[in-house]
Amino acid sequence: MSMPWYVAPEQFMKDKADFARKNIARGRPLVAVVYDDGILICAENQSASLHKVSEIYDRIAFAGVGRYNEFDALRRSGVQHADIKGYQFSREDVDAQSLANLYAQYMGNVFTHEMKPLEVEILVAEVGHRPGDDQLFHILYDGSVVDEDRSTVLGGEADTIAARLERSFREDWSLAEAFAGATGALAGPDRSFVARDLEVAVLGRSDGRRAFRRVLGSELAELLEAADAGRVGAPDAEAGRSEEAEPG
Amino acid sequence: MFRPEDDPGPDFASVLRRLGLGPSAPPGAGAGPPPEVRHGTTIAAICYADGVVMAGDRRATAGSSIAHRAMEKVHPADRHSGIAVAGAAGFAMEMVRIFQLQLEHYEKVEGQALSLEGKANQLSQMVRGQLGMAMQGFVVVPLFAGYDLRRGVGRIYTYDPTGGRYEETDFHAEGSGGRDARTTIKLGWRADMDRASAIELAVRALWQAADEDSATGGPDAVRGIYPTVATITALGYAAVAEAEVAERFAAVLTAEHGGAPT
Repeated sequence: MSMPWYVAPEQFMKDKADFARKNIARGRPLVAVVYDDGILICAENQSASLHKVSEIYDRIAFAGVGRYNEFDALRRSGVQHADIKGYQFSREDVDAQSLANLYAQYMGNVFTHEMKPLEVEILVAEVGHRPGDDQLFHILYDGSVVDEDRSTVLGGEADTIAARLERSFREDWSLAEAFAGATGALAGPDRSFVARDLEVAVLGRSDGRRAFRRVLGSELAELLEAADAGRVGAPDAEAGRSEEAEPG
Repeated sequence: MFRPEDDPGPDFASVLRRLGLGPSAPPGAGAGPPPEVRHGTTIAAICYADGVVMAGDRRATAGSSIAHRAMEKVHPADRHSGIAVAGAAGFAMEMVRIFQLQLEHYEKVEGQALSLEGKANQLSQMVRGQLGMAMQGFVVVPLFAGYDLRRGVGRIYTYDPTGGRYEETDFHAEGSGGRDARTTIKLGWRADMDRASAIELAVRALWQAADEDSATGGPDAVRGIYPTVATITALGYAAVAEAEVAERFAAVLTAEHGGAPT
């Protein structure tokens, strides 16, 4: 009779975490950043139909990176949860925080109890009625929640991209400036995007009841053009490049 | 979170049913005559060059008394369609609410809106679900209209209490004053009317319905309450401002009686 191998709980958890982290890091990243009139979510995504960013409720958006089927199931259950809550109580009572808690519970549960953790990182963003009231909840594969109020990065190379974004970030910048900052951070010094590389959406503070809007077609082309023009003329473009070359 | 095999899909009504939250017949209903509940009355929809105009009076009645003077009976269903309701007010408002949620829920889960035909069929199922209540006297009759983005025209759908769905080509009116409103529209309707004359015709129809039917409210200049009017075009659902409706009413009164009663 053979004995099952003993694996220390620390090792077991670490293996699961490594597995999830490794697979998430392979996915293309996503940036969410606040601007003067809302929240901009910008993802590297070459598919026009498999969305990474989508609407959950009036002022709440969802974004995910990693395995598509897993974060899409999370998105659908978020829509169901929000619509049911809004129906039972009132539209005003649906908030990102309770949704984030729900996701954290579920993802934490899967991480501890299932063989395979979810290979996703998700973002629940809620645009406030006033600037400064915006909320970004970044939820990791193990259910831990990071609460941000100005920007967050999901997916591979998150730290590098976050550092680049931090350098260009300004309070109360416009949508065009935020877009230039976000795509610049995603692309890094050596790449540039065309429209079909990106999936862009905003939660507009003053866009009426349903704040979520996809940025498509001519609007996206204009933003890209403005961002390219800005980058060519930017005095610190070269400085950014040399910093990028440093190890670490 | 639903397991994949239990997931109700993009259908919000079935999400509610699965959780036991759907609207249900109250226990004991059906014993004896129905209580006097609030009723909403006349609603109309008219096709014109750019799409559809929808209109409804504002009165709710309970028996012979006026229960509410400023009820809204015309509502946006989603960006490109509207729903108007006549009948038992409580059930009608619930139907509007669930219908709105249903369309939005589908759009969010599936990533694109239902076709206009799909929306009309959804509403048909909801009306049929109401049949038990209709048999007890709580009839709700909706009127659904929208702009069909795939075909580029405004379309109107009417319903009977059993869920029957009928497409009207030009116009329709429902509710206790519906007959009078319909006659008025029939006399004044022309193909490809412009926005102003379509709104004026809708307003005139409601005025005639209010003239003949005690349950339909006319314009109330004292309280500043005017019928709800909305247009649905390629640009979407847009409520017509109360000031414009008041202006149209003044025009109708001048034409018919040589001046507004003050």
